[in-house]
Amino acid sequence: MTDTAIAYSPARSQGQIMKLVLRWLLYVLLITFALFYLAPLFVMLTTSLKTLEEIRTGDLISLPREVTFDAWRTAWSGACTGIQCEGVRPFFWNSVLIAFPAVILSTLIGAMNGYVVAQWQFKGANIFFALLLFGCFIPFQVVLLPMARMLGLMGIAGTIPGLIFVHVVYGLGFTTLFFRNYYVSIPSELVKAAKVDGAGFFRIFWSIFLPLSLPIIVVTVIWQFTQIWNDFLFGVSFSQAGTQPVTVALNNIVNSTTGVKEYNVDMAAAIIAALPTLIVYVIAGKYFVRGLTAGSVKG
Amino acid sequence: MAPILDIKGLYKNYGSAEILKDINVSIEQGDFLVLVGPSGCGKSTLLNCIAGLEPISGGTLSIGGQDMADVSPKDRDIAMVFQSYALYPTMTVAKNITFGMKVRGIDQAVQDEKLARVAEQLQIKPLLNRKPSQLSGGQRQRVAMGRALVRDPKLFLFDEPLSNLDAKLRVEMRTEIKALHQNLGATMVYVTHDQIEAMTLATKIVVMKGGVIQQIGSPAEIYNRPANMFVADFMGSPAMNLIPAKAKANGTGSYIEIAGSNGENIVLKDESATNLPSDVIIGVRPEDILEEGMRAGKSLQKAECHVEMVEPAGADTFVGIKLGGKPVTARLGAETKAQAGKPLELAFDLAKVSYFEPQTGERLG
Repeated sequence: MTDTAIAYSPARSQGQIMKLVLRWLLYVLLITFALFYLAPLFVMLTTSLKTLEEIRTGDLISLPREVTFDAWRTAWSGACTGIQCEGVRPFFWNSVLIAFPAVILSTLIGAMNGYVVAQWQFKGANIFFALLLFGCFIPFQVVLLPMARMLGLMGIAGTIPGLIFVHVVYGLGFTTLFFRNYYVSIPSELVKAAKVDGAGFFRIFWSIFLPLSLPIIVVTVIWQFTQIWNDFLFGVSFSQAGTQPVTVALNNIVNSTTGVKEYNVDMAAAIIAALPTLIVYVIAGKYFVRGLTAGSVKG
Repeated sequence: MAPILDIKGLYKNYGSAEILKDINVSIEQGDFLVLVGPSGCGKSTLLNCIAGLEPISGGTLSIGGQDMADVSPKDRDIAMVFQSYALYPTMTVAKNITFGMKVRGIDQAVQDEKLARVAEQLQIKPLLNRKPSQLSGGQRQRVAMGRALVRDPKLFLFDEPLSNLDAKLRVEMRTEIKALHQNLGATMVYVTHDQIEAMTLATKIVVMKGGVIQQIGSPAEIYNRPANMFVADFMGSPAMNLIPAKAKANGTGSYIEIAGSNGENIVLKDESATNLPSDVIIGVRPEDILEEGMRAGKSLQKAECHVEMVEPAGADTFVGIKLGGKPVTARLGAETKAQAGKPLELAFDLAKVSYFEPQTGERLG
């Protein structure tokens, strides 16, 4: 169709060509940016598959001459973090043990909070919500000392439950915000109808609001999982030997090598540490955008 | 028998703002009470108070002879239909209708039986497995009604249930609600801002304005004997003509003098009106301004008027004239002789007029 347009109308064809050129320029620009952003990942992947010998003699961006998974094996189960040489494996499981309960708890409590703030206006609800929001903007460094004291008093300092607690508390601001904004768009007549039907606070939440919440649950889970899994500051501050998350272990592996720096092992460990968040994005990414833009409930 | 709903001296405040002031209403079994008024008059708030969804600030409210002060909505034996229908979006139609029974732990067999009966009654059987988002407006409306009907409550509450429907469907559903009320003998409280809905459905109308009841009465009472100028103006379409006039006592009746459009005054003689102040507002329904041959009677008083506008509307023709400096509408027949810009002899049925005090707006006599 464009061909005929170009053939029969010179004036219009000029415009068409211009449009085509601009379209290609856009593609070239986007591809350049994509390559630019992907370059570090490429270097990490290729480096992790090379031998140390090749890294030393070869080019940074060249493909591995000979693919080897030795570095991955070492990173997973043999690399030294300080005096201990068990790789990132035990720390990876620590992270799993911290992230899963913390994500589930903060999401559930956030949903409940959002439900209350949006639909059960009590006296001071707005102040309560404002304070929770304020919590989102407090830099984490500020709370390190009080939180350490708090954890000590509670007797869970240096433990995995302690870290779960910290992540739940500091996740609540965001999770409440997400759910509150989602639930305010639900007509309050729905709650009234359910009340007249005889349902109570929890029944309405469970039977009516939660089934409506899938998009915002996905958003919250992705957000919280990324935050908690990638957290380093709380992990390094509130853990002790044996309860450190994978981010802390990664730092230790990279910083505690003696003699030759094993770049391939560092790279492999870094990718292992980043993998879960990547997977979550790939699986649920499309819901993320959808959930962020969703809100209105039809029907 | 105790009234089904009895409200005495009810007040409702939000902070310092008084939303409802000294509300007194009571209805008997089988009544259809319509709360009508312009938006913001407090009618929906009053309904929410009856449902127990809003706490009341003063007075008493009892349902079925029992004080409702500390009774939560679920224990009031009421069912409510909302303006937005408020169907549970993730549940099927069947689950929407049975949710209330499920919450109350009613036996599954009973639930099924009641569901079947209501589905039959409202003809929504084919819809039972659909989600609300797959229904049209009218179907949603039916489902919302079904959810209320299945409960078999002492009192039905309707919060502007028809205002989201298109005009044709609204008339259909209005007829259905009326039929439902007559068949069930149920007691209903119905909120609307549409005075035609109020007139057609109600056995008793409460007209509200600014949180205060203006008048309570049967549709005929409200229409024929409005308590003040607000009610006169609000109820009826086109609205009652409110014309400033001078009154002069004359033996058993009064002369009513109205400024005409051409500088000459029209004088009408009302044989039954007495004790009128010299300044009055005379209220005449458009259908009580007549053309020759439409109605006969002693109460008819003729006057020549100048026609300014003619609006044919099918069955009726609305004719605009100017009296007392105000535009006045007459509802004449389709075959009227009225022509814009020409004089026309009209008759005023003085047996049907109302008089109001110009300052307070209250009814006289």
